[in-house]
Amino acid sequence: MIIQSAQCPRLHSQLAWGFVSILAAVCLGVIALRRGEPVNAIWLVAASIAIFAIGYRFYGKFVEWKVLQLDASRAPPSVLHNDGLDYVPTDKWVVFGHHFAAIAGAGPLVGPVLAAQMGYLPGTLWILFGVVFAGAVQDFMILGLSLRRGGRSLGNMLREELGQVPGVIAMIGILILMMIVLAVLALVVVKALTHSPWGTFTVVATIPIAIGMGVWLRWLRPGKILEASLLGLGLLMASIWAGKFVADSAVLSVMFDLDAQTLAWCLIGYGACASILPVWLLLAPRDYLSTFLKIGTIVLLAIAIVLAAPSLEMPAVTRFIDGSGPVFAGSLFPFLFITIACGAVSGWHSLIASGTTPKLLANESQARFVGYGGMLMEAFVAIMALIAAAAMHPGVYFAMNSPAAIIGTTVQQAAVTISEWGFVVTPEQLLQTAKEIGENSILSRAGGAPTLAVGMAQLLHHILPGEGMLAFWYHYIILFEALFILTTVDAGTRVGRFMIQEIVGLLYKPWQATESWSGNIAATAVCVGIWGYFLYQGAVDPLGGINTLWPLFGIANQMLAAIALMLATLVVVKLKRERYMWVPGIPALWLIICTLTAGYQKLVGPISFTEAANRYSAALAQGNLLAPAKNLGEMQQIVTNNRVDMILTAAFIGLIVVIMAFVARAILKALQHKEPTAKEESYVALNDLATH
Amino acid sequence: MLRLTIWPRIKWRLRYFAGSARRTVVQAARLSVGVPDYDTYVRHLREHHPERQVPSYAEFYRERTEARYRGGGGRCC
Repeated sequence: MIIQSAQCPRLHSQLAWGFVSILAAVCLGVIALRRGEPVNAIWLVAASIAIFAIGYRFYGKFVEWKVLQLDASRAPPSVLHNDGLDYVPTDKWVVFGHHFAAIAGAGPLVGPVLAAQMGYLPGTLWILFGVVFAGAVQDFMILGLSLRRGGRSLGNMLREELGQVPGVIAMIGILILMMIVLAVLALVVVKALTHSPWGTFTVVATIPIAIGMGVWLRWLRPGKILEASLLGLGLLMASIWAGKFVADSAVLSVMFDLDAQTLAWCLIGYGACASILPVWLLLAPRDYLSTFLKIGTIVLLAIAIVLAAPSLEMPAVTRFIDGSGPVFAGSLFPFLFITIACGAVSGWHSLIASGTTPKLLANESQARFVGYGGMLMEAFVAIMALIAAAAMHPGVYFAMNSPAAIIGTTVQQAAVTISEWGFVVTPEQLLQTAKEIGENSILSRAGGAPTLAVGMAQLLHHILPGEGMLAFWYHYIILFEALFILTTVDAGTRVGRFMIQEIVGLLYKPWQATESWSGNIAATAVCVGIWGYFLYQGAVDPLGGINTLWPLFGIANQMLAAIALMLATLVVVKLKRERYMWVPGIPALWLIICTLTAGYQKLVGPISFTEAANRYSAALAQGNLLAPAKNLGEMQQIVTNNRVDMILTAAFIGLIVVIMAFVARAILKALQHKEPTAKEESYVALNDLATH
Repeated sequence: MLRLTIWPRIKWRLRYFAGSARRTVVQAARLSVGVPDYDTYVRHLREHHPERQVPSYAEFYRERTEARYRGGGGRCC
């Protein structure tokens, strides 16, 4: 009897997990094998949830028990260093919410949309399996390491475990990555707002709205965040509504009808000014709006997908897996794994998992929920973005995401070219879509945001139909992404400024004083100058910018992930748990292979920056002009830009090889030691502290 | 009879659940924008640093807003 009752719950649980496994297998089978007729998106949603559940329950626990060996009796940093502010033992749901809000961004929304050019299947498989075996493992393990080291940052842990020199090298890598992130995100905004008076007006309107909120929060009702945010939200909705009249008005629409280069300059100027204003005036209130809108929009997207249950119009696999795709160049391996970074595995998260989160966790046993679970959530957002893109008419998708150099600048040319690829679309359909969303043109709006906006607007329109609502939803999504990205640009410029001051401060002391005005302005100028250069380069790029910059961003982001996973591998070896070193080791190796291959292909061969630089400089030598350059000066500019990208790619390759060498040396050394050599803080029992 | 004894308990449970869920959501929302729980901080000050002056919520809020963007972590792409 006793034995039976003990086995009962296990039997239940086995049956339940058996059922989940079968569900996952059936759903995946349907997605992968059904041909000829469109698959419903619900299959994809169900497959993802089932796989995430299995990954969380089994692989996540395996990492927790065997690899990290987390211990619920051990006091975490939040208890050891409790200061009521940064280090506070916090409810696990609260920490989860905070962690998810910090890791979820524009990344998981953009990457999968771009990768949809290869069909929905490759992207889906990479997100599902990438997150379970690489992305969530990275976030969880870095969180676990930081928990055992007083909540230290990734840079600090690298310096401690690996040494000063590789630590500083990695820090410079992180700085460059951040500059590329800011440039590429700003470019997404530029692409979405080019010649879109409606969109531009609503985004400009966010500035006075945020300042109004700032004043409200500072003097009228200090710290009433919810109140101010609701007020701001109401004004934002009003600005979307007003945007239609701006677009329709002959005088106003000219004022807000800007080309890519002007927009790029506006953003650069804005970034420079915004990042030296006091934070309470513009940055903080806009941060509230973008954080809450982000969570709200993700929930909205989930509801829309479940209720609308769209079928996936995009083929499972398109012919563009061979590398001839118009959205980004390069074949499935390695470029799929570079393009979808956030959502499958993102190095950026290692900065957050070693930032605020480890200082808040009340117990080590909650780390899997927050670290592994949070990343699974992010992967789910990526899957939803992929669904929104794949549910669109493929012809419209390619019209929106292909550069003008390939599909031309008129709907007629675009329709002919895209229909030749096998995605039959008429010029009328393209015009109709543009008209429905209240824009003049949908052609060549790469960057993910507009595509997602159309996809999501169509889903929302499906469940909430109404005259003109499609245009409203479209501009809502554009506004949401722009708001969010502007916050990142502003906050990122500040963080970049501090990093520059820190790095330069190593050589020249006066720069370290972060209160000095001259130092601040100089460092801000350097920071804005770097990302601004890449943004401007993207705005004048022959292939539309995203095509060039997104791979650079992907390579940098995956490079950081590889560094984080290498650190995790090293620590596992140092703890004398060598038999589990493959857990972070294999994903690290995979990312190293992907980034090195992608880097190599961007340096040598038909899709490389070198080839583009040579082509333009050869034409320049003969005095010829190649589109889109209109004069020899612009030709020279394109040559220089490609040379800079070459140098940057080479630097990334060099960086990863150097770090790899340091890690390999440290691993070999650790293998020879008989005792654990990792620099963990010593064990303090939670119970001992509770009695104090 | 059964209804009379069980219903208040269910009501109490529901109210308790709704209250704690609301607190969790509010705390998570505040923390997501960099403002930790004020009451926890005040309790910490009273327990461990009775000599220090307890800041008002407005002062606490201002200090945290400044601290949020003072370098470090940041957010994701």
